Amino acid sequence: MKLGGGILQHLRALIAGDRQADRVVPPSGFTAQLTIFVAGAMAFLAVFALALSLAAGRLAERWGDELAQSATIRIVAPLDQRQAQTEAALRILETTAGVATARALTDEEQQALLAPWFGPDLALDTLPVPRLIEVIEEGDGIDPVGLRLRLSAEVPGAVLDDHGRWRAPLVQAADRLRLLGWLSIVLIGAAVAAMVTLAASAALAANAQVIAVLRLVGAQDDYIAQAFIRRFTLRTLAGAAVGTLLGVLAVALLPSASDVGGFLTGLGFQGAHWLLPIVIPLLAAGVAFAATRAAARRTLRGLT
Amino acid sequence: MIELENVAYSYGGGELLSDISLKLAPGSFHFLTGPSGAGKTTLLKLCYGALLPTAGYVRLFDADVRGLGRDDIAAVRRRVGVVHQDVQFLDHLSVSENVSLPLMVSGRQDDAAGNDLGELLSWVGLTNRADAMPPELSGGERQRAAVARAVIMSPDVVLADEPTGNIDWEMSQRLLRLLIELNKMGKTVLIATHDLSLIRATKAHVQARVLRIANRRIQLAGADL
Repeated sequence: MKLGGGILQHLRALIAGDRQADRVVPPSGFTAQLTIFVAGAMAFLAVFALALSLAAGRLAERWGDELAQSATIRIVAPLDQRQAQTEAALRILETTAGVATARALTDEEQQALLAPWFGPDLALDTLPVPRLIEVIEEGDGIDPVGLRLRLSAEVPGAVLDDHGRWRAPLVQAADRLRLLGWLSIVLIGAAVAAMVTLAASAALAANAQVIAVLRLVGAQDDYIAQAFIRRFTLRTLAGAAVGTLLGVLAVALLPSASDVGGFLTGLGFQGAHWLLPIVIPLLAAGVAFAATRAAARRTLRGLT
Repeated sequence: MIELENVAYSYGGGELLSDISLKLAPGSFHFLTGPSGAGKTTLLKLCYGALLPTAGYVRLFDADVRGLGRDDIAAVRRRVGVVHQDVQFLDHLSVSENVSLPLMVSGRQDDAAGNDLGELLSWVGLTNRADAMPPELSGGERQRAAVARAVIMSPDVVLADEPTGNIDWEMSQRLLRLLIELNKMGKTVLIATHDLSLIRATKAHVQARVLRIANRRIQLAGADL
């Protein structure tokens, strides 16, 4: 059993199958079901971990992109100076590097923003509501420190908010969430490996007499190991396939993404990502193959 | 075929066998005798690579057994048929499948030998039991099935460890005749037994040499048998 070419050869033999090699090991009922069940449960969990990772990744990217490309300037000034200061700020923005467009929100727009809190009948012109200027950035964006200095010199009532202050922790949280998702997938894979190793070791121990007979009549280790490897690989593949299918269905049945739901309803797959879960049963089968092979080699080496 | 040179074997705590030299020539017929616990089974195991000598050299088909890998040992066992006293089968396969197991594991299922399965089963008198499961067999039937399994690969050597231990006199005579026939076909045969009357009965039919293990060493027993 050499690595590399050996594995390929094994995989081919595994897929082609050898009915006879399969039959020399007696069928095992209950433990086989357990292997299938655990593989299925793990695959189900892996689908969610994958969906979580991908959603967190999308979220981090979206927050990073959209918010990084915009900034807001608040003009906090007495009503009579507000218009003048707004125009002064806009003039400064026109000559600032990295600004694509800048415009002051109209009274109607500001009213719409405040409506959820104060109701639609608010008379904005009677209140010292700050004027908002929306800045859309381009290229590498604006230099917030320089802009703040210029604004403070000419427009005393202007406050620049480049969104970075509250964007950074959100992006960091999303990144961390994505990392946890991938970590979960790795842990799930390791758990599958441990489970298959235990099950295969138990099967090898239970079939010690069968293995002794096979060795006596001249069976090579590979031949004996293959019967076990094939069994556990196929069981894990079948269990994981069912688990993945159920997991994908469950994700598909989640309420679709909307602005109201925010992050939670964004949990799911988008576009080509729906194809990614197909990898889960294949990976699980690969893990089972390697784990059974290692367990079988360990056991067989101890026999004559 | 099989050659032991100054072989010693110890299970730890004193040697069971010391300074054993033995050569099984092609076509020879040997008995191995000695009291229980003298090391007959151990000696046989040394002859098919189930044990490695703690001292000396064992050569199986001209290869030092210490230099053989696990797959080489498997290849040796395809050329050495072994019959144990308490023979073990795969209990979930039928007698005919168990007998053809050596062909199955060596990928020679389709060989001519596979077609001779029926002939082989009738030779050992198990034609009617071909589809039975091993646990349903009597002691004598098990031993005969073991002989059939040991020879289906047409091995060069047949090693039998107390093959008549569990069966009555008539059945052991029958089993012995099978082994004598094999020897006449040119196979090297080594039978470990403590049953001297069996040895006497055999000597009438075949030129057999008797080796006796005593005091950890092997001696050629003389005409006293």
